[in-house]
Amino acid sequence: MIDKRTTAAGALHGLRDGATVLIGGFGGAGVPLELIDALIDNGARDLTIVSNSAGSGETGIAALLATERVRRIVCSFPRQPDSHVFDRLYRSGALELELVPQGNLAERIRAGGAGIGAFYTPTGAGTLLAQDKETRTIDGRAYVLEYPIRADLALIKALRADRWGNLVYRKAARNFGPVMATAARRVIAQVSEVVELGALDPEVIVTPGIFVNAVVCTGAAHPQAVSDAA
Amino acid sequence: MPRETGVRALSERWSRDQLAARVARDIPEGAYVNLGIGLPTLVASHLPREREIFLHSENGLLCMGPPPAPGAADPDLVNAGKQPVTLLTGGAFFDHAESFAMVRGGHLDICVLGAFQVSVHGDLANWHSGEQDAIPAVGGAMDLALGAARVFVMMEHCTRDGQSKLVRECTAPLTASRCVHRIYTDLAVIDVTPTGLCVVELADGVKPDELIALSGVPLEMRHG
Repeated sequence: MIDKRTTAAGALHGLRDGATVLIGGFGGAGVPLELIDALIDNGARDLTIVSNSAGSGETGIAALLATERVRRIVCSFPRQPDSHVFDRLYRSGALELELVPQGNLAERIRAGGAGIGAFYTPTGAGTLLAQDKETRTIDGRAYVLEYPIRADLALIKALRADRWGNLVYRKAARNFGPVMATAARRVIAQVSEVVELGALDPEVIVTPGIFVNAVVCTGAAHPQAVSDAA
Repeated sequence: MPRETGVRALSERWSRDQLAARVARDIPEGAYVNLGIGLPTLVASHLPREREIFLHSENGLLCMGPPPAPGAADPDLVNAGKQPVTLLTGGAFFDHAESFAMVRGGHLDICVLGAFQVSVHGDLANWHSGEQDAIPAVGGAMDLALGAARVFVMMEHCTRDGQSKLVRECTAPLTASRCVHRIYTDLAVIDVTPTGLCVVELADGVKPDELIALSGVPLEMRHG
């Protein structure tokens, strides 16, 4: 019987130093906080993190960065009102930043998950963010060659799973979860609830279990997620 | 009242709300629209309720509604500026790759963006102030500027120290080249045309020569 349920620590067992890790979330929505805490406890070093932002406040990615075990971050929007952990490490040179337009970030991850070798996009053409990149004119428009992002590990958050790792999400907490689930060798989903196999309507499963290696049930993060858990 | 030279002397400029209402007038029923973070967000509250307009938020929402009532915020329902919002009846959630397929694939009719500078050719600089020690952040700006069918810029006409934000060439780092269609400032509505910038409307009380003096770039007058 296949049962992908496990603990956060167990799911991260065997993670190597130097790994590239995709982390879902946009603002506070969809951030896999418990999995990030487990990544901190795991102790792997020299990590590359790929996420929309570089964390804020003291928790989540900010807490991970504060351990100084992240060498490089690939993200679209590191500057936040309270991104002081990132700001300090970036200014001191302790953390390397690759700034990526948000659509390129999503598409590079999508390409990584879909086996695409590279793609041309107009986004970024003629800007600082495309310096030293190959460009080509297609139908009179400037395009930039962008390479896919593939990772060793993805940490995502969904609302509900079954034991095979089929996932549904909740509202805007979906954000990067489905695309990141396609682009890592190992994908761990934290969920508020695990339901019986067959309880998720096949018409509405957003991430099929083929993309998911491990499910960690953390319970509901906030009251709203409880109230509409069916 | 003392009549000083420079931008502060103009008392008849549009307020932020008047400007937002002016932009809202140009958004027709049925349009799929992305409002950028900052000043453009204000446009949402000036769209008439009876007009069915689909607001897109790049973090995965269509039919985004107004902020929730106090105490009703849902941590899983935020906009691109990470602020709590609501979803209107008929709205949809989707993931980031699909959301940016909407943006990059030309499916949005209009996006409204803020700006540091816009050039006479419609080049846009809005993601990086150009200061050496600034922490950079780009978000979806470069995707939106190239992906939407029409790109509106909404900004104050001049910087705080009176420099025109309309320029011959952008000195701040570019977001995208030749992408802006129409510019709304607190003084005027200006179209970017193949022959340069054309003023199509002036805020009440703003005189053409005042606008030209403040702008520092060639402006063709086609207003009313």
